[in-house]
Amino acid sequence: MQLVLEKRAERSNTIALVSPLIAIGLTIVTMTVLFAILGKNPLLALHAYFIAPLTDSYSLQEIAVKATPLVMIAIGLSLCYLANAWNIGAEGQFLIGAVAGSWIAVKTQGTDAGAWVLPAMLVLAAAAGALYALIPAICKVKFGASEILTSLMLVYVADLFLDYLVRGPWRDPQGFNFPTTAEFDPVATVPLLIEGGRLHLGSIIALLVVAAAAILLGRTIKGFEIRVVGAAPRAARFGGFNANQLIILTFAVSGALAGLAGIIEVAGPVGHLQPGISPGYGFTAIIVAFLGRLNPLGILIAGLFLALTFIGGEQAQIAMKIPLDVTKVFQGILLFYVLACDSLILYRFKLVFPNRQVARGTG
Amino acid sequence: MELVEAIILAVLAASTPLLIAATGELVTERSGVLNLGVEGMMIVGAACGFAGAWLTGSIFIGALFGIVAGTLMSLIFALMALGLAVNQVATGLALTILGIGLSGLIGAGFVGERITPAVHLAIPGLTGIPLIGRVLFGEDAFVYFSIALIIGVWWFLYRTRAGLILRACGDNHVSAHALGYPVLRIRTFAVMFGGACAGLAGAYLPLAYTPFFIPGMTAGRGWIALALVVFSSWRPGRLVVGAYLFGAVTILQLHAQGWGVGIPSQFMSALPYLATVIVLVLLSRARTGGSTAPAALGTVFVPDR
Repeated sequence: MQLVLEKRAERSNTIALVSPLIAIGLTIVTMTVLFAILGKNPLLALHAYFIAPLTDSYSLQEIAVKATPLVMIAIGLSLCYLANAWNIGAEGQFLIGAVAGSWIAVKTQGTDAGAWVLPAMLVLAAAAGALYALIPAICKVKFGASEILTSLMLVYVADLFLDYLVRGPWRDPQGFNFPTTAEFDPVATVPLLIEGGRLHLGSIIALLVVAAAAILLGRTIKGFEIRVVGAAPRAARFGGFNANQLIILTFAVSGALAGLAGIIEVAGPVGHLQPGISPGYGFTAIIVAFLGRLNPLGILIAGLFLALTFIGGEQAQIAMKIPLDVTKVFQGILLFYVLACDSLILYRFKLVFPNRQVARGTG
Repeated sequence: MELVEAIILAVLAASTPLLIAATGELVTERSGVLNLGVEGMMIVGAACGFAGAWLTGSIFIGALFGIVAGTLMSLIFALMALGLAVNQVATGLALTILGIGLSGLIGAGFVGERITPAVHLAIPGLTGIPLIGRVLFGEDAFVYFSIALIIGVWWFLYRTRAGLILRACGDNHVSAHALGYPVLRIRTFAVMFGGACAGLAGAYLPLAYTPFFIPGMTAGRGWIALALVVFSSWRPGRLVVGAYLFGAVTILQLHAQGWGVGIPSQFMSALPYLATVIVLVLLSRARTGGSTAPAALGTVFVPDR
């Protein structure tokens, strides 16, 4: 007797709907065990992770602030993944966007440059992110080089480039030798939505991106092409859709969104360029994209949920001395469960009792 | 002469983790499975390897810890990608994200601790030979093992029936299945071998390369190992050349930083990563005539009954 996987005749819509919830449930069960192993009270730890951040307005704003880059990057990644193009270098595109936008902020520092500074920063950051993402896309389309490996390698390059700038030419002369630029001028800063709060204009931009992606995927021919190329490449070829062109397009869009997220993070919550501006947003966004089922609305919800785990992780560290790495473990486990549950949309388990004919060589 | 010898020794040391990890991944990919989680398995191997060595005082037991940790990580991958037929790219990424978190958690208590690194071979009379003595007879056990490993893998893949069957699974899983071979079981073993190698390669870093553990110390070596497999066209012989070439690039940039060439150190540090991109492009371009990758690489297989 053995348990085997069997393809369903049709994809199960029920499982498609509940699978993220099952995945989150299983993750919480696993985390409970992990907390117990670490010698922490699991109930208190889960409370610190998932409930406490929802109970005060500062943390709620902070969740929205953290969700902003996650959602923007994940929307771009979801377009890539739908088109079967594997951009996993969003972290690098995020950093390059931050660097490009910061260039304007650094060069106009202390001058009487006007209100054009911030919009120019946003545009330049998006353009730089798109160009940086086009490197792996073009290497893929022109030469057939694996976009997975090239896009990932460029993350390390971007990280080192940023490090060079803030330790070298862009370092704040009054910064006590810390590797950081000077604080950006007010015209180079993303405005806050509530005076004295944390919520900033970037969150509105993220919502607009979600809406735009929903329209693109649900209401336009381009969106249809992206979905067909990914789901049925052969049908797409018969339909005359150009898969290479879509790889270029989706990489450029996702790079632009990651770059935009980068400058919004730097010119918003951080306020200056420094190493470590991202706690791995570009990688966490991969989880957000899958947890959100590559669907814009789903990504918005998933982004808020993962932002909650970032804030919860920080609070659990302060209150219960739970190491921050637990958050990463949590995110990794969550992605595993999401993928495993997704498998049940297309397949189901079946018990088989091998008889003599099929007993040979099935495994 | 002293300098040349020092550089060769450094290149060998820098290449060894790449070679071990890439050897494992080569076998995995030859069976038709693309495990992108090498970086995650390596970093967990590094943390567990150091923990094992620090707790027991034995480098050998540390290496075993690394191997077991890498294998366990690869079993998670096998369960997902083979057992549940999940997309292999996404599963590999998940494994890396999980591995980075786990290694931080496991290694947190060991940051700042030091161990005595792996001893180097010393044969009176031979190790003292100028230039080649220490290169040939003065390495640590990992270096010799990595060379034995790749020769063993070459022999297995091309000179044994089991190796032929494994390659058949990688090239056409439907045919292999039709002939009665247990495709998923063979692939599971290949994935476990890859995990064991990645764990050992990770453990090499804190056990022999630097005698301490720092979070994130693999620094993308797992990804470079993946690129090396592509570079090698899935052939063991070329893999050795590739691993030593990349080790040389790493050491070259370190030395160039030391010589005070007027280039910022960050640009030199970026060299191995940029070299990977360029090599991938050049190789893929040269190969437009026909792919040398295992034909079924990365595709899902669910046996029908």
